[in-house]
Amino acid sequence: MWHSGLLAMMVVLPFVGGLLAALLSPNARNAEAWLAGSVALGGLALTIMAFPAVTGGGVVKHTIEWAPAIGLSITLRLDGFAWLFCLLITGIGLLVVIYARYYMSPKDPVARFYALLLAFMGAMQGLVVAGNLILLAIFWEMTSIFSFLLIGYWHHNQSARDGARMALTITGTGGLCLLVGMVLLGQIVGSYDLDDVLAAGDAVRTHDLYLPTLLLILAGALTKSAQFPFHFWLPNAMAAPTPVSAYLHSATMVKAGVFLLTRFWPVLAGTPEWFTLVGLAGMTTLLLGSYFAIFQQDLKGLLAYSTIGHLGLITTLLSFGSPLAAAAAIFHMLNHATFKASLFMAAGIIDHEAGTRDMRRLSGLFSAMPFTATLAMVASGAMAGVPLLNGFLSKEMFFAESLEVHQRSLLDGVAPYVATIAGAFTVVYSVRFIHTVFFGPKPVDLPREPHEPPHWMRRPIELLVIICVIVGVAPGWSVGRFLDAGVIAVLGEQAPSYSLSVWHGFNLPLLMSIVALAVGLGMYAALSRYLQNCEEGPPYFRRLKGQRIFERLLVTVSWQWARAAEALLSTRRLQPQMRILAAITLFAGAWAMWGAGDVLPRFSVHGLDPVLGILWGIGAFCALGAAYKAKFHRLAALILMSGAGLASCISFVWLSAPDLAVTQLLVEIVTTVLILLGLRWLPKRDEEILSGSNLAARLRRNRDFALAVAAGLGVAVLAYFTMLTPLPPSVGDFYLERSYSEGGGTNVVNVILVDFRGFDTMGEILVLAIVALTVFALLRRFRPAEDSADLPYQQREQDEFDDVQRDREVGDTLKDYLMVPSIFMRWMFPVIVLIAAYLFLRGHDQPGGGFAAGVAMAIGFLLQYLAGGTRWVEERLRILPVRWIGFGLMLAVATGVGSFLFGYPFLTSYFQYTEIPFIGPVPTASALLFDLGVFSLVVGAVVLMLIAIAHQSLRIRTRARASDEGGRT
Amino acid sequence: MELVIAAAIGVLAGSGVWLILRPRTYQLVIGLALLSYAVNLFIFSMGRLRVNAPPVLEGSGAVDVTAYTDPLPQALVLTAIVISFATTALFLVVIIVARGLTGTDHVDGKEG
Repeated sequence: MWHSGLLAMMVVLPFVGGLLAALLSPNARNAEAWLAGSVALGGLALTIMAFPAVTGGGVVKHTIEWAPAIGLSITLRLDGFAWLFCLLITGIGLLVVIYARYYMSPKDPVARFYALLLAFMGAMQGLVVAGNLILLAIFWEMTSIFSFLLIGYWHHNQSARDGARMALTITGTGGLCLLVGMVLLGQIVGSYDLDDVLAAGDAVRTHDLYLPTLLLILAGALTKSAQFPFHFWLPNAMAAPTPVSAYLHSATMVKAGVFLLTRFWPVLAGTPEWFTLVGLAGMTTLLLGSYFAIFQQDLKGLLAYSTIGHLGLITTLLSFGSPLAAAAAIFHMLNHATFKASLFMAAGIIDHEAGTRDMRRLSGLFSAMPFTATLAMVASGAMAGVPLLNGFLSKEMFFAESLEVHQRSLLDGVAPYVATIAGAFTVVYSVRFIHTVFFGPKPVDLPREPHEPPHWMRRPIELLVIICVIVGVAPGWSVGRFLDAGVIAVLGEQAPSYSLSVWHGFNLPLLMSIVALAVGLGMYAALSRYLQNCEEGPPYFRRLKGQRIFERLLVTVSWQWARAAEALLSTRRLQPQMRILAAITLFAGAWAMWGAGDVLPRFSVHGLDPVLGILWGIGAFCALGAAYKAKFHRLAALILMSGAGLASCISFVWLSAPDLAVTQLLVEIVTTVLILLGLRWLPKRDEEILSGSNLAARLRRNRDFALAVAAGLGVAVLAYFTMLTPLPPSVGDFYLERSYSEGGGTNVVNVILVDFRGFDTMGEILVLAIVALTVFALLRRFRPAEDSADLPYQQREQDEFDDVQRDREVGDTLKDYLMVPSIFMRWMFPVIVLIAAYLFLRGHDQPGGGFAAGVAMAIGFLLQYLAGGTRWVEERLRILPVRWIGFGLMLAVATGVGSFLFGYPFLTSYFQYTEIPFIGPVPTASALLFDLGVFSLVVGAVVLMLIAIAHQSLRIRTRARASDEGGRT
Repeated sequence: MELVIAAAIGVLAGSGVWLILRPRTYQLVIGLALLSYAVNLFIFSMGRLRVNAPPVLEGSGAVDVTAYTDPLPQALVLTAIVISFATTALFLVVIIVARGLTGTDHVDGKEG
């Protein structure tokens, strides 16, 4: 039995190959081709080996749990139908890789090409073997993205960029619809597992949500398979390199849409809605695609429209809802992939060797490249449905099915006529392709002298054409078993008995074929002169371009409407936005509390503590003062703000939160220093110029004042009533009970931080590190405003004073400034380091911990800067804060990862007490190491931010001096 | 006790809201700092106010959870204090860099 783990390998292998390919040198053409070829070959081998497991309705499943609680799992599921697609993806993938080796020019960065191609292969494999609806949608989106990147491979080319963007917009939108459709389907069935969904067809078809689900899934499938009215992205995607067109836009990716329709055919098909929607789209696409293909002048354009037409044919077959039609659809998917991929490769060879794809310029190439011409002729024959080639068989099946009555409606009635007319069109463009390019007069004025391509560039086409012939001549013998496996996988017990023979006797389908062939040849004879010189695109329809409609729509929605909506609903000014935010918050709060009056506790002034009252009397004065002074007296506002902070710090001590008090006090210190350092770079503000003199400004201030009062009042009321309500049982009890027994510490707050909720703390210190680095990065290119660039006037005055005095040098006063305190500060350094160490070590059991200790340590460094100045410190001490940050982060992560070694989840902590001589038992928990990481990171981050700001004064002075000297010389 | 703390939260929040509606960047810095005091006190007070019951366990025996205040809001606020310092620093740097680039300390980068 084939091992199901190999299934995961089939999906992962191409991605790994893609990563490797991306790492190779951009121009290593041979190495890249070997790598990609081996990956594709490996995938092909795995696929072929899997065949015995999937014959006769066998299914291989491999499940990796992801989020089982919500029905999400990475389920891979290979059945006969998915197997057929795997064969196409890896087989044609291998041929395309070989072909691309010769197609891509040495100037192209092939590493990117092969990396993306392999990644696409992986995404496509994942899509066909996905056994979970959501997983399927994810791989679906991935194919869209890699298709986008591959179409835009030559991104210096405008049409490549446009084509890529259009393809992504359309298939991406479809993918989004598909995702919603998948969620709906999963909700209807009650499971996202594909097997459950496939078994629940009857329930789905009778469900109320059937129609919306169908519409959404169809939106995904029809956009991907370029069905009308979403067909126009495919011709524009032809700006991609030809191997990409051959692989993605004929053989595999565009088949994803019809793959999906077939996959869910047992669930969704058979209803009138299905027939009308899918049939209408399919038949319209079939007719339009075939008709438009006749009038293309670009070889690849012709093939693109032909692909659209053939996909329309498959869609039409699927719409019929009869098992036999579904079997024919699967057969045609295989046939179309083989002949269309070989035709694309032939078109690529012609382009490569003759230098143009314009059919008005190409002619008579048969003598120059007889082998390629013969191959292309056979493949075109298959495309046109000539007997003894594979295209003929599935086309006959299509004709036969179109004659059957499926749903009595007009659409069903016209089906045979549509089929025959489209068949005739197919003959016209197939004949045109061959006749124009290979026959007629010798070509004149081609960019290059045409000749046969390198042997290996032709081999893939030869192989595909041989397959076309073998399947066409001996279908039952060659492809019968594989097709059976696919058909049984989709249809199960419904699987029809069908005959894969070439000759069915004289019947109506054969007559239709003959009519189509004759009419097609006649039409070509009549049209050939016109086609020789006409503009691109069919008459009358030429002007009506899907592309232009799409672009106009895009401009309207994403530019004009967006601008209008912004002008109408939004503003670029901050203040109105803040006002709206505050107002909405107030309104939402008030709404939530409305009518809650009955259940609220009674208001009482009982138990008012006078000392706390006085403390907050001062605190409130400070807060209001800070608000009042912040505009004109920044220093005063800063001091007042710190006063308010101090009041809350004392409240923390008072109200049983010693840890908070310590941290708040220390952070208060660094915040104040930080803002003091920043003050120098803000503009002077003159109190004389009062902007609030006019009426509008006064109104605005009154409104803001009302808002502020309401907000304060609201928060106060909310806080007050909540505090009076008894505390419901809280998760805090859990921590209290287990803090010592499981965390090994008596300071519960610290144990929560470094042990129970260590992962959250890790996130928080990461934020801190990012902020510190951002501050550092922002200041690296700092340019101050003109008026802040000079020395502060106090310093200038001091310097002038020094200059006048005979016994003083310039800068002496600055040096003497705070001489006594600065000596104290220098001597404080070891003491502060000791305090930090003390806070850190006792943290697990007593108030303290990594955060507080880190800030304390940073203050130690900071004091040295304050006492001695930046230069003085940096001559003596190298702090390297970025390394502190890095060390802290690494230590925290390493502690977390360390628990893996003992078989525990991330960040599980371990503790015991260690006896140290003279000191006694010391708690040594692994959480202490984590806390050390926190400590180190906090030190690094705080110091980095403060030093980065402090350095600006130095930098500006150095630059000023440099420009001074520059001016003098 | 509750009344005082609630009033304190209200005054801090009101002053903060007033300041963040002002046009000068420095007013915003001070306003956000005051708001963060208010929010920290508010979150802290959600564990209810207790005197003489710090969540530091005495001894290593069985734990009487009623003897201690709720440690969870404290743990939340502790990291919030440090993070609010970081955001204040970031904001301060943004406003001084913006002032250097635009030449004004108006919140919109232009007077008016």
